[in-house]
Amino acid sequence: MSGTETKGTSPAAPDLTPHPPAMPVEHPAPDDSLGGEEMVLNMGPQHPSTHGVLRLVVTLQGETVKSIVPHVGYLHRGMEKIAEGMTYNQFIPYTDRMDYLAPLSTNVGYILAVEKLMGITVPPRARVIRVMCCEIARISAHLLWLGTGALDLGAATVFFHTFRERETLYNIIESLTGGRLTTSYPRVGGLCRDLPPGWTKQVADFTASFPKVLDELDNLLTGNTIWMQRTQGVGVIGAPEAIALGVSGPNLRGSGVAYDVRKTEPYLEYETYEFDVPIGSKGDVFDRYLVRLEEMRQSIRILDQALRRLPEGPINIDDPKIVLPPKKGVLTKMEELIQQFMIVTEGFPAPEGEAYHAIEAPKGELGFYIRSTGGKSPYRLHIRSPSFVSLQAIEKMAVGGLVSDLIAIIASLDPVMGEVDR
Amino acid sequence: MNGPYIDPNPPRPVVDRLRERFPEAGLHVEEFRGEITVTLPAERLVEAAQFLRDDPETAFDMPIACVAVHWLEGEFEHDVMWQIYSLGKNHRLRLKLRLRPGETAPSLTSVWSGMNWTEREQYDLVGVRFNGHPDLRRIIMPEDYPDHPLRKDFDVEGGPAALDGDGRPVSPGFRDMEHA
Repeated sequence: MSGTETKGTSPAAPDLTPHPPAMPVEHPAPDDSLGGEEMVLNMGPQHPSTHGVLRLVVTLQGETVKSIVPHVGYLHRGMEKIAEGMTYNQFIPYTDRMDYLAPLSTNVGYILAVEKLMGITVPPRARVIRVMCCEIARISAHLLWLGTGALDLGAATVFFHTFRERETLYNIIESLTGGRLTTSYPRVGGLCRDLPPGWTKQVADFTASFPKVLDELDNLLTGNTIWMQRTQGVGVIGAPEAIALGVSGPNLRGSGVAYDVRKTEPYLEYETYEFDVPIGSKGDVFDRYLVRLEEMRQSIRILDQALRRLPEGPINIDDPKIVLPPKKGVLTKMEELIQQFMIVTEGFPAPEGEAYHAIEAPKGELGFYIRSTGGKSPYRLHIRSPSFVSLQAIEKMAVGGLVSDLIAIIASLDPVMGEVDR
Repeated sequence: MNGPYIDPNPPRPVVDRLRERFPEAGLHVEEFRGEITVTLPAERLVEAAQFLRDDPETAFDMPIACVAVHWLEGEFEHDVMWQIYSLGKNHRLRLKLRLRPGETAPSLTSVWSGMNWTEREQYDLVGVRFNGHPDLRRIIMPEDYPDHPLRKDFDVEGGPAALDGDGRPVSPGFRDMEHA
């Protein structure tokens, strides 16, 4: 790790700069009981370590991976086609089901693309709340990755600790949105409702207690000899190859490229928040692990700043053609009733044109491309999901390694199939 | 940026570089919300992409995505767009190619290897064929699937739509809602 990285605060945390002493990574020559013959192994689509329905056809010689062919599409629901028959707001629930580990972040990514196309800027309070949504989603997604990734390599304890913290986060998400998994919280032009009473206290309690837990998790794994042997020098990808493949997010930063959309193309005033972009140096599984661990600390920093600056004020833009009127008005006033009726049944037209907007989702650059011909629904919606692109790198990382390392590599890429297949 | 990020300095110098290098290509340039779209002729596309990647002024080193759009009417059947990004220069560009019925697009996998899966996806879902793609197989739909579901003449309920006399789908989808 280099440059912007900050170390864990616990006194027992090992020094991470430079890498802990390198473990021998050469493995003994595998036993050649097949007489040099190759074996084709089918892994998935139902396999616990593929985190969903990913199928890999692996050609092995002994235990060495000779070639690997990924098959995706088992979770295809035709979201891009469905979007063509819906109003812009109607599509929000579908974005929950893309990266279902960080639905708040996917919601915000989609809404920002629509708002870019329509030329909308939401009020300050909505911007800060959206930033908090994105960072809560990032911590929650990284915690799941950490727990299951460690579980895949046999470290079961970590899983229970991360899921306890995720439970707290899901309670926070539930009191904000009413749902734990399917949030559908933002709307075009703002948010569907304001913060519930006591919500900021819930978040403040979490940001106060979580760094200690993170240090514990850090202690459990970072200096652990077994963990280091399983992850160091495994699944290496260099920066030039990763860039040429379009890999983004923590997977690219693990290879030492400080590309973070929040820094390079700051949306929602991310340029006014103080946070660092951690990067790795070797591009192996261990570096990607360190990067994600540090990103959770940075998300806590952002959450703290957002809590301090959270302004009072409206959460929606003042445009009755786009934003639903308050329910009380709908039940008592004719005009509001008509407004609600028109928005729900007819939607609102977007200007003709095309727009692409990217956000830094927990998995990397999540982009929505919208082609509008002026109607209430997109003529074409394309979702550039980071997991889909990252999965391409699996061949570069796994070929030549051992089949058991493949498990570590899949976990370190952190793909979520809902987003790959859409 | 207060809301969505809109590039305050769209990369117009990139367009000038392209015009300088390919004066005869007749580039068509659009700008909307800080994004620049350059429409190129198919025969110069790979060359232009290579130039955009290798020229130190443009330095587009990162592939983002390939997107295809199907049109039911008009001269062109497909628009194919390649989104690219430059890490060093922090600018984006969209290359666009317009295809008449029966035409194929050149593949840009030789320039950016990361265009591989995303071009396969557009072939699979929209039905654009890419010349020179190393592995043009279906990726999302099953291998034996007969259709390209993101074409506009494909009904959302699961098959090619019934067409009226003018060749337009009788229903754009959601039949159950329309006939309820």
